[in-house]
Amino acid sequence: MAWFGTIRLVGDAGEVSTLTTSLAEIASSDAALRAFLHGLPGVDRVGADQRAAMLGTRSIKTTAKAQAIDLAISMVDLTTLEGADTPGKVRAMCAKAVRPDPADPSVPKVAAVCVYPDLVAGAVAALRGSGVRVASVATAFPSGRSSLEVKVADTALAVAAGADEIDMVIDRGAFLAGDYRKVYDEIVAIKAACAGDGRDAHLKVILETGELATYDNVRRASWLAMLAGADFIKTSTGKVAPAATLPVTLVMLEAVRDFRAATGRVVGVKPAGGIRTTKDAIKNLVLVNETAGDDWLTPDRFRLGASSLLNDLLMQRQKMSTGRYAGPDYFTLD
Amino acid sequence: MFEYAPAPESRDVVDIRPSYGLFVNGEWVDSPGGEREKTVNPASEEVLAEFTMATDADVDRAVTAARAAYDTVWSRMPGRERAKYLFRIARIIQERARELAVLESLDNGKPIRESRDVDLPLVAAHFFYHAGWADKLEYAGFGPAPRPLGVAAQVIPWNFPLLMLAWKIAPALACGNTVVLKPAETTPLTALAFAEICRQADLPPGVVNIVTGAGATGRALVEHPGVRKVAFTGSTEVGRQIARSVAGTRKKLTLELGGKAANIVYEDAALDQAVEGIVNGIFFNQGHVCCAGSRLLVQESIEGELLDALKRRLATLRLGDPLDKNTDIGAINSAAQLAKIRELSEAGEQEGAERWSPSCPIPDKGYWFPPTLFTGVAQSHRIAREEIFGPVLSVLTFRTPAEAVEKANNTPFGLSAGVWTEKGSRILWTADRLRAGVVWANTFNRFDPTSPFGGYRESGYGREGGRHGLEAYLDV
Repeated sequence: MAWFGTIRLVGDAGEVSTLTTSLAEIASSDAALRAFLHGLPGVDRVGADQRAAMLGTRSIKTTAKAQAIDLAISMVDLTTLEGADTPGKVRAMCAKAVRPDPADPSVPKVAAVCVYPDLVAGAVAALRGSGVRVASVATAFPSGRSSLEVKVADTALAVAAGADEIDMVIDRGAFLAGDYRKVYDEIVAIKAACAGDGRDAHLKVILETGELATYDNVRRASWLAMLAGADFIKTSTGKVAPAATLPVTLVMLEAVRDFRAATGRVVGVKPAGGIRTTKDAIKNLVLVNETAGDDWLTPDRFRLGASSLLNDLLMQRQKMSTGRYAGPDYFTLD
Repeated sequence: MFEYAPAPESRDVVDIRPSYGLFVNGEWVDSPGGEREKTVNPASEEVLAEFTMATDADVDRAVTAARAAYDTVWSRMPGRERAKYLFRIARIIQERARELAVLESLDNGKPIRESRDVDLPLVAAHFFYHAGWADKLEYAGFGPAPRPLGVAAQVIPWNFPLLMLAWKIAPALACGNTVVLKPAETTPLTALAFAEICRQADLPPGVVNIVTGAGATGRALVEHPGVRKVAFTGSTEVGRQIARSVAGTRKKLTLELGGKAANIVYEDAALDQAVEGIVNGIFFNQGHVCCAGSRLLVQESIEGELLDALKRRLATLRLGDPLDKNTDIGAINSAAQLAKIRELSEAGEQEGAERWSPSCPIPDKGYWFPPTLFTGVAQSHRIAREEIFGPVLSVLTFRTPAEAVEKANNTPFGLSAGVWTEKGSRILWTADRLRAGVVWANTFNRFDPTSPFGGYRESGYGREGGRHGLEAYLDV
């Protein structure tokens, strides 16, 4: 158990307070953090790709498909992150989030909407009382290339406007340069900002796996974010290709599974970007089911960051109940 | 709880005749004296068809037809013309892949996911690969004009019926030999379907002959004086008998026999992928794989962690209907094989190893065995020495790389081995010292027609696949 020896030892004693201390010990110095992250077992790319591809062949039909579609809808973070976003566009998207199919009230609402910080207030107003959460990207999204002060201020702005969840980006430059401590400290600072104003916004940490390039890096960044206090780890901004590939999501699901085994704390996973079809969404759910386990098959622990996915889910849902596909104009474009 | 609904592949794509004769000289013929046997679906014990137990006279007829085809057509045909037939066969196999995959799963019990995604693509690949060699044999390194041998007698096992047929027939035909092939008595159907494919491809009569039957038919075939080459894949016991009967004749012989492969996991291995590799190593095809990684050698420092991960993973394996697209573990091929697996597993318990299986429902009908793990296994236990040929993994530990190699080599077999480590130099160090025909590094049970496969010592001799595999079918 060399790779999480510190945590395991303390875990055996079962003392939560000591556990916290030992987690803090890992992050106490740059050297300790580096030693821990580099001591994690490696990820063999060929094997991980093969495993994800095999799980992609699972055939989810009939009742299982219907169940999966409703689950996927309830896990969607309906997203618009464009320079051209306006309050009107966000209001329309919020209406869709609450009632995805105006013709069918049995369709579940989505988990959250995801917008830029300056549009949070409008989204909060539109979604009040609906149960749909408001997520805001922050920290100089998508590149994260700014000072910590700016990133904290960006986060505080979103939290003050009423965001329930913050999707922050890590400093990939610092990560690739081996400056893990800097990445860690930033996450801790943003986590603190999430708790500002007497609020407790959930923190999703975007790793931008397309820029981290290797699966070893994905695993290390996942642990780094979880150690720093992430409530969710998220694959991508959606602005970099490749975004949420199945093997990357697989590696992150293994990380949250192992993190719970080591610390008892449950962290969620959010693949985002490039998930456009019902088939993609179902493949993700199969991955969750057979990797982290069905404890993670709830919107509290697994989300799908997407925009066009929702209409495809609705179309497939309608096909399941009526046996026919309606044309695209029967689903609203918001 | 996310339960996968049944997703069965349709049986309608296959057309099984109630009864089959023998395929000799391009025609279906009945055996004058041959008895009939039934082949069953091991997942349901339902009878699928009757087939013929070929007699000595039937075998003689088949060898004579093969010899005539060799003399008059096939050995004289330019390589580029032979290649056209092989390419045509490969394409027909691809076109009929779904049908053949379903037929294979019905007759053998293996999951459709494997017959569809592993067996059939490899079958086609073997024909394509060898089709490419047919007109380039002078560049294979066996002299400027290598000659074929004559009639090849080929006897294949039941674990990969159509794939083993491809491993045997494709190189034989590419090199200019003609073939009499005997499929296993529990899985004759895909070989008989292949006979139809030969007709569909307009292969000249007699180039491929299929005689069905059991041990007696196989013996008559390999002992026939008209045969110039014998190729056998199966048990070490039968391999010995064949070697004895062929000794002192002009027949060229290759044997691919049993194994008890070590899968060595070092402490610095990529853990999640090693777990996948272990699962794929021993539970692929219900462990009915001669090169299965049936002995897991794990470094003591990670034993607990690895076993936890392995057990967690085994609990997700889905055992059941082979035709369900989500099935991971299908049926054991026959009642006889099931009895053997049970006997050895009981021996494992009696000798003091600890047995573990995930809780998984076993269907009422058919032959089934749950994925099983033995820990606390010693080198002296039967389950560490004998080939079980089932979904049973024996876990042993080691402390140093030298001990791993010593234990891995401490078996009369030598077919395959696996090495798991993130350290490249350790892979090479270990592979250099392992006495096995195939060593996989950070993967297991990967096959490719370009890569020679075979063993040494009691795992047999000769190679199949790649340039090396051609040698067995050329007069060199």
